[in-house]
Amino acid sequence: MSDFVSDFWNLYVIVIVVGSILACAVLLIVQGKATFTPGKTMGHVWDETLEEYNNPMPKWWSWLFVITVVFAFVYLAMYPGLGNFKGMLGWTAVGQHKAEVDKVDAAVKPLFDKYMAMDVKAVAADKQAMEMGKRLYLTYCMQCHGADARGAKGFPNLTDADWLYGGEPDQIKETIASGRMGVMPPHEQLGADTIKDLANYVRSLSGLPNDSVRAGKGKEAFTSAGCVGCHGPEATGMHAVGAPNLTDKVWLYGSSEATITETITKGRQNQMPAWKEFLGDAKVHLLSAYVFSLSQGAK
Amino acid sequence: MLKHEQIEKSVGLLIVLTLLTVIWGGLLEIVPLFFQKSTTTPVEGVKPYDAVRLVGRDIYIREGCFLCHSQMIRPFRAETERYGHYSVAGEYVYDHPFQWGSKRTGPDLARVGGRYSDEWQRAHLMNPRDVVPESNMPAFAFLANTKAKDSVGVDIEKKMQVMRGYANARGIPTYTDEEIKGAKAAIGDKTELDVLIAYLQGMGTALKNVK
Repeated sequence: MSDFVSDFWNLYVIVIVVGSILACAVLLIVQGKATFTPGKTMGHVWDETLEEYNNPMPKWWSWLFVITVVFAFVYLAMYPGLGNFKGMLGWTAVGQHKAEVDKVDAAVKPLFDKYMAMDVKAVAADKQAMEMGKRLYLTYCMQCHGADARGAKGFPNLTDADWLYGGEPDQIKETIASGRMGVMPPHEQLGADTIKDLANYVRSLSGLPNDSVRAGKGKEAFTSAGCVGCHGPEATGMHAVGAPNLTDKVWLYGSSEATITETITKGRQNQMPAWKEFLGDAKVHLLSAYVFSLSQGAK
Repeated sequence: MLKHEQIEKSVGLLIVLTLLTVIWGGLLEIVPLFFQKSTTTPVEGVKPYDAVRLVGRDIYIREGCFLCHSQMIRPFRAETERYGHYSVAGEYVYDHPFQWGSKRTGPDLARVGGRYSDEWQRAHLMNPRDVVPESNMPAFAFLANTKAKDSVGVDIEKKMQVMRGYANARGIPTYTDEEIKGAKAAIGDKTELDVLIAYLQGMGTALKNVK
C-alpha cells in the first residue's frame, strides 16, 4: 500500500529503485570490460597447494545478471513497487485474498443457500451437511467443548441430553449466534455454615452421599436464600437463565462437596462467545444443526 | 578506481562499504514506512493499551509467548477463515516492540480477544491439557502466585510515559495524565495471570467482526 504523507516519498522510492538497478547495470558493463590474464593466480596460497585464480566469469553467469536487470524492469512495470505506481496488472495483496475468498464462496454458496432454506432438524439429517458441520465444529468449537464434543470442567458436554439453555434447534442457534453469559452470583454472604448445608442438600437431590441433617437445613435455605429463583422449586433448573437442573447426574464443575461449596461461594460466570458476526448466518445454521445432531439418541 | 583486492585486504574499508550497502537497503525498505499513513495511524477502534493490558503484554513478552505464537494473520483464506480479518499495519501502532513472531507452534493470537471466555483462558493457562487434551503448551499456573504490582507493574507510570513519548512523536492519541496517575490503582491486586488474560482478551478486537 502506498499512501505516503507527501509526494516526495513517491519520488524518493522511484529514484532509489531505478538508480540501484541502473547502478547494477553499470557495474556489469564496467566489469565486463575488465581485462584478465587467464591462468594467472592472485598470489594467495592456502593449505600448501590451494591457489586462487582470477579468471573472468563464465558468459552464462554474466547473462544471468543481465536477465535479472531486465526482469526487474518488467516486474516493476507489472506489479506495485515504484512509489505510488500501482503496476499494469493492478495486483494487490488484498485483491488476491478477495479473489481467493470469492472463488471458494461461489463454490459453496449454493450449498449454504440450500441448507439455509431447510430447517435445522432437516439439515441435521443431511450427511454432507453434517460433514461440513463437523469441520466447522473442529475449527471453532473444539477448543472449549473438546474434539469429541464431550466438554470439560466448566464447558458443557454437547453429546448428552442435558441442556443449560435448551436443546431445541432455535435455542441452540440462539446460543451459538448471540453467546451466553453465566449468571450464578457469589453467595459468600450466606456464611460458610449455610453454604455447607446447601451443598449437602444439592448432593441429596441427585442421590449422592450427604449429611441428612445438613441437607434438611439446606432445603429450607434453598428457598430462603433465593436459589429457587433460578433453579426452580423442584431444583430442575431454568433454560431462560441457563440455571442447571440440580437433580440429574450431570455436573458442569463437579459434584464433590468442595466443588459445590466453591460454586455457591464464588458463583460461576462462564461465558459462551457470540459467533453471529464472525461466522455469519449460514455457518451458524450449519453448526446449530451439527450440535443438535450430536445429542440425538442420547435421551 | 577501487580494486576488489584493495577492499578485500583492508578490513576497515570492507566494514565501511558493507555498512553503506546495508544502509542503502534500509533507506528503501525501512525509511519510507515512517512516512506512510497506513503504517503510522491507528485503524478505527485501536486504542493505546490501558495500564492493565500494558503490563499483561509485558508478561506475554517476559514468558516468550512470541516464540510459539504469532500475531499476524496473513491475507490468505485459510487464515482469515480460522482467525478472522487479516492483520493490517494500523493495528500495531501501539506495539513497542511488536509481537508478530515468526513461528507458529501454537495458533496465531492476533484476534484471540473475546474468542474464549475468561474462564477458558484461566483454565487453559493453568494447565492447557485440562481443556485441550492434545495441547503441548507449557502450563503457566505460577503466574497466579505473583501480583502484577510487585513485578511488571512496579514502574508502570514510567512505562506509560515512554509509550506516550512514542505516540506523541507520531501525533496519535495517547494516555492522559489522569490515566497514568490512576495506573497503579487500575492494576490493584490483580495477579500476573489476570493481567495477561486482560491483554489476551483485548487482542485484535477492532477488526474482529469486520468481513
